[in-house]
Amino acid sequence: MDNLVKLTIDGVSVEVPAGTTVLEAAKQAGINIPTLCYLKDINQIGACRMCVVDTGARAFGAACVLPVAPGMNVKTNTPKLRDARRVNLELLLSNHDKKCLSCHRNQKCELQQMCMDLGVEDEGAFAGKMNSYEIDDLSPSIVRNNNKCILCRRCVAACENTQAVGVIGPVNRGFKTQIKSAWDQSLNEVACINCGQCIAACPTGALYEKDGAKEVWDLLADDEVITVVQPAPAVRAALGEEFGLPMGTSVTGKLAAALRRLGFNKIFDTDWGADLTIMEEGTELIGRLQNGGTLPMITSCSPGWIKFCETYYPEFIPNLSSCKSPHQMEGAMIKSYWAEKEGIDPHKIRVISVMPCTAKKFEAKRPELGRDGMADVDVVITTRELARMIKEAGIDFANLPDEDFDSVLGESSGAGTIFGATGGVMEAALRTVYEKVTGETLNPVEFHEVRGIEGVKEATVKVGDLDVNVAIAHGTANAGRLLDSIKRGEKTYTFIEVMGCPGGCVTGGGQPIVSAQRRMEIDPKVVRAKALYDEDAGKPIRKSHENPSIQAAYRDYLGEPNGHKAHELLHTTYVARAKYSK
Amino acid sequence: MPDNKEKYAQLQEAIAKHKGERGAVMPVLQEAMNIFGYVPQDVQEMIADGLGATLSEVYGVSTFYSQFSLEPKGEHVIGVCLGTACYVKGSQKVLDRLAEELKIEVGRTTKDGKFTLNATRCLGACGLAPVMMIGEEVYGRLTPDEVPAILAKY
Repeated sequence: MDNLVKLTIDGVSVEVPAGTTVLEAAKQAGINIPTLCYLKDINQIGACRMCVVDTGARAFGAACVLPVAPGMNVKTNTPKLRDARRVNLELLLSNHDKKCLSCHRNQKCELQQMCMDLGVEDEGAFAGKMNSYEIDDLSPSIVRNNNKCILCRRCVAACENTQAVGVIGPVNRGFKTQIKSAWDQSLNEVACINCGQCIAACPTGALYEKDGAKEVWDLLADDEVITVVQPAPAVRAALGEEFGLPMGTSVTGKLAAALRRLGFNKIFDTDWGADLTIMEEGTELIGRLQNGGTLPMITSCSPGWIKFCETYYPEFIPNLSSCKSPHQMEGAMIKSYWAEKEGIDPHKIRVISVMPCTAKKFEAKRPELGRDGMADVDVVITTRELARMIKEAGIDFANLPDEDFDSVLGESSGAGTIFGATGGVMEAALRTVYEKVTGETLNPVEFHEVRGIEGVKEATVKVGDLDVNVAIAHGTANAGRLLDSIKRGEKTYTFIEVMGCPGGCVTGGGQPIVSAQRRMEIDPKVVRAKALYDEDAGKPIRKSHENPSIQAAYRDYLGEPNGHKAHELLHTTYVARAKYSK
Repeated sequence: MPDNKEKYAQLQEAIAKHKGERGAVMPVLQEAMNIFGYVPQDVQEMIADGLGATLSEVYGVSTFYSQFSLEPKGEHVIGVCLGTACYVKGSQKVLDRLAEELKIEVGRTTKDGKFTLNATRCLGACGLAPVMMIGEEVYGRLTPDEVPAILAKY
């Protein structure tokens, strides 16, 4: 290859493609240059000056934005560089609250880790005036504590670039600089889509989910209520990371065991709700195709995406599937079908969803998602919150035996499992739609063309003699680009899957946080998705419509998919939302 | 004075002129300042939508640079010199006293819209330090205690 550049980093000779940054080249040479504001593919702005290196130039360069040059001789570890970084850190600490012991990110904080790694000896080295900010906890999903913010702008980049939302940014100047929304508005008042990608991007404890765990503990201690829990597909692909298991370890059996040990009365699985979603959504799609309904039909499982569409692309609301998201469907079925079956007063049931998602907290509070004065879902906690509860309960998660979910809303097909990855809902739907339309058995069941982490994926799928054009977008910026191309008339599709977060739910805003350094080595989008696809491959039933407990629910209770009862329980409506609040 | 409708038309013109330019937010905000005298929320929203920027970006720029004001300027704009000579001669104390008397922070406007209080760079009248200006009027060799009487004249 002719575009390779040869350089030396700390005496190690490396050869990398032109355009590579010194930071990336150093990684190849086995050298981790410290970073704080850098987040691969998301924020590369050279702002924090932690990654300074000496190339013999007049001033130190920021390795994260410094391209390699032929013959470059880079030093990353000299007394002057170490001093520069340490002073930099000490200055950051001078306006940081340093309340590590009670911080969500204790031992998972990049600032804390860096202080240990770089030998900061005195966190009060530059003690002086400090800012004191009110914590913004008015959003149902996201809490911002700027007393822990180091102004790295990773959240700003995630919000603006990855998600095309852009409701936070730097405000004011110098010592008074804060990351927040315009005009002193709370995150609750602006057009935030609640996705939580800002939390996933934050190196410190400045951003975290709005707590639901306390409410769950209270419910677990309340003998008057029946607690029914349901974890989302993506939870099992990541929860293990919080307990030291390697990324990509599927912990389905331990998850069920842990939920049982925490004391929930019934352990169901949102994978079941996902299968139900496919029945409803697949039928809806076939109906739209046959009856000249609005196309393309777009999936509605992701509440971050839904709010994005309602706010930024309201003209596509008629395209949204009317299906509730899987955990909302399951909540509705728990309080109707299951309650009736068991002879339980549904008003005594509390449905708790464990989700990889912070937007689900907002979704569960949507007034249209419930009936008879009961919400479909009462409390939503994230994967991270569940991990904290398991730790608080003293459960030795890594050594738990594998257990099963409870019958019957805990039995699922492989199609339900892959809902957690981008392309998964599409593939699950295609498996069912194909067989329903053609009456043939699908072989093989996989649709590899809709898998993978490319921002927008397209495929033409043959369903009988019908060519179905499908597209998949993940991350709302990609979704916006896809919708723009449809608006311009460049593209025509029949069916589109959108997931609000890049990678889908496996890398949702409620999942275990992966540090910037780790993200340079491993892509959680790929590794966690593999755990779900492997689980699917190992399941005896891999199509939603073949799930016997789903078939029973229709036979014994719901009637036909998209029928009257199904519509009442499993479908919903959307509202156009203003971009700016007055 | 152009009426409001005309002002918004002028703003749309400014947006159209700069649309597509790199870093268009800054010059459009400047033109908006000239048109409205300040850049309120609805003006910033119009700029954001017009340029395809986010309100966060527009607001960020408008709060970063002191030349942009988020509220209408008062009838009388007070500028207290914080240049070296004036500062050494105690102009900070004059400024503090003004803030106290007017019950506003520096950079803000009184509720009745009468005064806006600013700190300025050197006004070029160092011989009269400490100096302030109210509108075009210059006040020199000030002491904090003279502040109430001066304000009473307006």
